[in-house]
Amino acid sequence: MSVYLDHAATTPIFDVALDAMQIALRKVGNPSSLHTEGRSTRKDVEDAREIIAKAVGCLPSEVIFTGSGTEADNAAIKGLFWKSGKKVIVISSIEHHAVLDPARWLVEHEGAELIEIPVNKSGVIDLDFLKELISKRGSEIALISVMHSNNETGVIQPIGDVVKLAGDIPVHTDAVQSFTKAPLSYKELGLTSMALSGHKVGGPHGIGALILRRAYEIPALLHGGGQEREIRSGTLNAPSIVAFAAAVASHQYRAEEVEKLRERFETGLAASVPDAYINGVSADRLPGIVNVTFPGTQSDSLLLLMDSENVSCSTGAACSAGVHRPSHVLLAMGHTEITAQSSLRFSLGANSTEADVDFALSVLPTVIARGRAANQK
Amino acid sequence: MKIIAAMSGGVDSAVAAARAVEAGHEVIGVHLALASNPQKYRSGARGCCTIEDSHDARRAADKIGIPFYIWDMAEEFHDGVVENFLAEYAAGRTPNPCLRCNEKIKFAAVLDRAKAMGFDGVVTGHYARTEIGPMGKTLHRAVDPLKDQSYVLAVLTTEQINGAIFPLGDTEKVDIRIEAEARGLAVAQKPDSHDICFVPSGDNAGWLRDRLGSEVGPIVDQSGRKIGEHNGAYTYTIGQRKGLGLSVAAPDGSPRFVLKIEPVTNTVVVGAREDLAVNKLFGEKTIWCGPAVGADPLRGFVQVRAHGAPLDCTYFFDGQRLIAELDEPLLGIANGQAMVIYDGDRVVGSATICESA
Repeated sequence: MSVYLDHAATTPIFDVALDAMQIALRKVGNPSSLHTEGRSTRKDVEDAREIIAKAVGCLPSEVIFTGSGTEADNAAIKGLFWKSGKKVIVISSIEHHAVLDPARWLVEHEGAELIEIPVNKSGVIDLDFLKELISKRGSEIALISVMHSNNETGVIQPIGDVVKLAGDIPVHTDAVQSFTKAPLSYKELGLTSMALSGHKVGGPHGIGALILRRAYEIPALLHGGGQEREIRSGTLNAPSIVAFAAAVASHQYRAEEVEKLRERFETGLAASVPDAYINGVSADRLPGIVNVTFPGTQSDSLLLLMDSENVSCSTGAACSAGVHRPSHVLLAMGHTEITAQSSLRFSLGANSTEADVDFALSVLPTVIARGRAANQK
Repeated sequence: MKIIAAMSGGVDSAVAAARAVEAGHEVIGVHLALASNPQKYRSGARGCCTIEDSHDARRAADKIGIPFYIWDMAEEFHDGVVENFLAEYAAGRTPNPCLRCNEKIKFAAVLDRAKAMGFDGVVTGHYARTEIGPMGKTLHRAVDPLKDQSYVLAVLTTEQINGAIFPLGDTEKVDIRIEAEARGLAVAQKPDSHDICFVPSGDNAGWLRDRLGSEVGPIVDQSGRKIGEHNGAYTYTIGQRKGLGLSVAAPDGSPRFVLKIEPVTNTVVVGAREDLAVNKLFGEKTIWCGPAVGADPLRGFVQVRAHGAPLDCTYFFDGQRLIAELDEPLLGIANGQAMVIYDGDRVVGSATICESA
């Protein structure tokens, strides 16, 4: 049997999404064209936009389709920065690279100053730090970006509190991991912008969305035909948009069931590897993510061994050459480089089963024992 | 057997992995990342540690149909190979980093890790052979004399040789490229790596100068008379003739050669060609690749460079040092070079030259 426990990296596409995509791929018609075929495709796209809007609690006109969650984050970070004319960017110390790297790029190329909000040992941002920062330097802050939940630990962040503290300062959130998995309302949170991705929710790759407040225009990264409020030019990727919406509309992710599986895994883990510990265990977490530190191991050895037992999981972070570096998220939570590199992420999805969990648990003791032996030298 | 294939991204290790699969082994491909920043040691050119090489290794593994991972050995490589290389030069010796890499990384760190993880051994694209006979598994020269790499493997203990598989030793390099082509491996015509993988541009002297400084010191003749100046003694090699920039000619007008490097006083000693000649080599840190040798003199060959000639000699071990008495005098031996003893084509063992006479 082979068990896929890396849903935080990407999810299997839902059948409804695949079916919708195949139908859409066979249709001709650029949604920007004025004739019958164009209007038909346009209708599909706008139906999809309304589905996404409803699912995240925003207006349809606030949905801007992008090529990925990363693109949505980049557009927001750079766009909000350039729009503001201010220099200070505030992000959490545990952001995904899709936020962290554009922020660092703005420091290097556009004279920005980057301030990171620290997190506690559970991986939750320090609101007192943010409060004090805003009281001292609020007028200089261009934007605040805090992810809705962390992709490595699943720890959910107090975004509502961030928005309240921010006052007039624009707030962006990377909600790629939370979307469809945790309660999420753009409007209720009072956000300026939000990033979503299709392939994390049973949709296809290569489609994401930037949710951006109505009539709040930001400089574009791509210029061309003026699609998507002139913020994201380029022929709309109708088949992927339609499939993304179909996945979202199907509501196949049952949070309470996934959470039960996670509990089953965590209980079994405590019994089979007693000294393993779960990162962010005491915080409010997404149902499907478990980040575990196995003392005395190296995560790349563990991943290889799990893979050869047909269980797919993740070390959480990788560079372009595939060399595993210590996770900045775990380091921010107080890990040492050594313990950070002794950690694995298991992530469950809509189609995960008890059998998956039990199989993963059954191979863990041997894998951990070998991983420890390999780390002795 | 379950084995790890160390895949550099070059043609040799790719064919070695493919042959191991065909031999019926369960093979997993591993590329060793030797620099924490892949651009650090060498960028764009051929080397062991670029992103491009890891990509080539991955594509070869895809073609062969085996799993592929990258192992970060940057720390081990830096501590065990690069630091050692610098320390040896700083001490006036001439090290061979490829030997150290085989000794400390490929057949130590990697093999140990592989074994602990439940694998039986490591397969590499080295040109060498092993044989199983009355002495157990022994290390031998490859059939292709131009590619033979038994010299740089002569730091392997019997236990390490037992865990090593060298599928290419029976084939000439030209045929490996043909085979790679036939197997559809994209690296079939990839140029051979040469020089030292962590020295960009191949400018060894410049690389050493950047790290060890370039303190001016005297060049003296054998009487101690100063006849020139240099910019860092370690950038010279024993036997070097060119680039000495000497202003004072030898009394008889004959060319002069580097005889000795004295790191403590930062002095380079030069002299005549005949003063370079040695008849006896003494080595420390002896490693036996098979049964240990005793104090009884044996006839064999000694080789002192990776692609040097095997030299007739009588060798023995005096309990502390490996000693080789050469039939014919040899020129230009530097301390730090490895002396590798052969019995026919079998590697007996190796030691690091610490004295010559």
